[in-house]
Amino acid sequence: MGETYKAGTKLSSTVCQTQIMALRVPAEELEITCGGTPMSADDGDKGDINSDLAGGTLVGKRYVDEGETMEFLCTRGGDGTVQVNGVSLDVKQAKKLPSSD
Amino acid sequence: MNIHLILQMAAEAMGDREAITAGGQRMTYAELDTAARQIAAQVKPGQRLAYLAENHPAMSAAIFGAALAGTPFVPINYRLASEQIEALMSRVRPALLISENDHLYNDIELVRREDVMSGESMDGEAPDIEGGIAIELFTSGTTGEPKSAILRHANLMAYIFGSVEFMSAGEDEASLVAVPPYHIAGISAVLSSTYAGRRMVQLPNFSAEAWIALARDESVTHAFVVPTMLQHIIEYVEANGVSLDLPGLQALSYGGGKMPLAVIEKAMELLPHANFTNAYGLTETSSTICLLDPDAHRAAMESNDPLVKRRLGSVGQPLPTIELLIKSEDGKLCAPDEVGLVYVRGEQVGGEYKGMGSQLDDEGWFPTKDVGFVDGEGYLFLDGRADDVIVRGGENISPGEVEDVLISHDAIKDVAVVAVADEQWGEAVGAAVVCNGDQPSEEDLCAMVKNRLRSSRVPSKIIFMDELPYNETGKLLRRVLRDQIAAL
Repeated sequence: MGETYKAGTKLSSTVCQTQIMALRVPAEELEITCGGTPMSADDGDKGDINSDLAGGTLVGKRYVDEGETMEFLCTRGGDGTVQVNGVSLDVKQAKKLPSSD
Repeated sequence: MNIHLILQMAAEAMGDREAITAGGQRMTYAELDTAARQIAAQVKPGQRLAYLAENHPAMSAAIFGAALAGTPFVPINYRLASEQIEALMSRVRPALLISENDHLYNDIELVRREDVMSGESMDGEAPDIEGGIAIELFTSGTTGEPKSAILRHANLMAYIFGSVEFMSAGEDEASLVAVPPYHIAGISAVLSSTYAGRRMVQLPNFSAEAWIALARDESVTHAFVVPTMLQHIIEYVEANGVSLDLPGLQALSYGGGKMPLAVIEKAMELLPHANFTNAYGLTETSSTICLLDPDAHRAAMESNDPLVKRRLGSVGQPLPTIELLIKSEDGKLCAPDEVGLVYVRGEQVGGEYKGMGSQLDDEGWFPTKDVGFVDGEGYLFLDGRADDVIVRGGENISPGEVEDVLISHDAIKDVAVVAVADEQWGEAVGAAVVCNGDQPSEEDLCAMVKNRLRSSRVPSKIIFMDELPYNETGKLLRRVLRDQIAAL
C-alpha cells in the first residue's frame, strides 16, 4: 500500500526529526518509512521509533536504493532508518569536485 | 523545489556558523535566514524583487528572500548609465527594488539597502511552485540588447546538488567574493558557499590592493576571480615589488572569460601552494558546466607532452551531471580535435530567455554559441563565440587562433581580432593590438601570422590602441571594438 511521488516532494518522519526530499523517484507506488513508520507530508508530533530501524540519517547526505533508481536528499537529520518498500536506503558516495565559485 | 532550502538546511544544521563578513558586519546562517524572511515579508503579491547595489549581506539575503516570497530575484548592473538602468527597470516592473540610492522608477517600490533587513519576518516554509523562476539575470549584452535569462529553482538546485556537498567546508574556510551581484558567479557564490558552509567575505569594489589585503586580513582560503582581476593582481604585485604572501589561500578558481596563458602561468608561480581551478559556465547554465581541476593544472605545467601541456588553455571536462558535445554547423557530430559549436545538456541548464522562450532543442540540448573542440580525453578548448567568427570568402576564421599567434609576440600585451568589412572577401581579419613598449611593425605581425597560420588569416587592418574595451567583469566588448575599427 504505497503512493506515487514526484521529485521535489518533502517528507517528514513520524518518529524522529528526519526530513527528506525526493530528487529522483520512479513512477510507481512506493512505501517510504522512517524508523519503521510511514513518512508524512506533515511535520507533526512524533511517535515511538522501532529500535531495530534507528540507524539515523545525516543532513545533506543523498540516499539511494541499490540500483540507484531513486534518490533522496536528507534535509534534516534524525534517528530513524529510511526504507523504501521495506529495504533500507544507503548513503550515496559523492564524487568531490573542487570549489568553482 | 525552492532554493531557500539551501539556507533552511544551513540555518538548521549550522545556525551559529558565520555566513558573511562584509566590512565590520558579520552575520551567521541563522541571522541570514532571519534577514531573508524580513525581506520576503516586504514583497507584495505580483512584485519581483530587484537589486540595484553593490555586493552586501542584503544581496545574499535577497536571493533567498525572493525565493521565500515566491518571486524572481532580479539583480541589475549598477554600473550602467542611468538610461540603460531605466530601460532594464521597465522590463522588471512591478517590483520591490532594493537600492543604494533614492532614484525612483515607474511602478517600482523602493527600499533602501540599509533599511531592508529589518521589520517583521515571514514565517513558515518557502513555497514549492512547480517550475518556479528563482532568478532573472540580464546578460551582459556584449553583442546586442541584454537578454533576460531565466533560471528556475530546479536548475539552480540541480547545479548545487551536482557540484557541492552540504557542509563540506571546514569552519575555518572562507571564500572571497569579488564578483558583482549581477554576474552569475555572484549568484552561484552565495548558493554554493551557503550549502558548503563556507564563510563569504564580500569585497564590493574590486581593486588588486584591496583584494590582497582582505584575503590576508580575513584568512581567506578560497577565491574566485575573472581573468582581468587576476591580471590586475599580478600587475600590482610586479609593479610594487611586493610578494603575494597568501599562505592560507588553498584554492583559486577563475572563469568568466578567456584566461591568457601568461597570466595563469605567472599566478601558479606566485602561489605555488594554491589549487587552481578553471570554471567554464554561462548565465544560461546556472554557472559552471566544465572544470579544469588542480591536478590537470599541475600536469599541464609539468608535462613535456604537448597534448597535456596545452590543457592549461582548456576549460577542462564537463561536470558529472553535464553532457557536452560538439556539432558542426550542419548538425553533424565533430570528431575529437575538430572545431564546432558547443552544446550542453543537464538539469542545471536553463537555456531560456524572457519573451523568447526556451532555446533547447527537442532532445534538451542547449546551443551555447561558443566555438571549440574536445580533445581525445574529453577536455574542452574554447575558441570564441559563434557570433564572432569571421567569414572571409566563405572560409570561417576564429578570432582566437589569430589572437593566440599575435599575443605570443614579446612586444604585445593584449590583442583582439574582429571582422572588418572587405570589398573582395566580404569580411576580413582586423586586429587591435596593445603593446608593451616598442611598437612592432605591421609587416612583422602579418608575416608572423602568415608563417604560423596561412595567408587568409593575415590581418587586413591592424590598429594600435592603449587598451581594449572591456566591461567591468572583464568581457571584451567586441561590438564596440568592431565599431571603433570600422570608424577609422
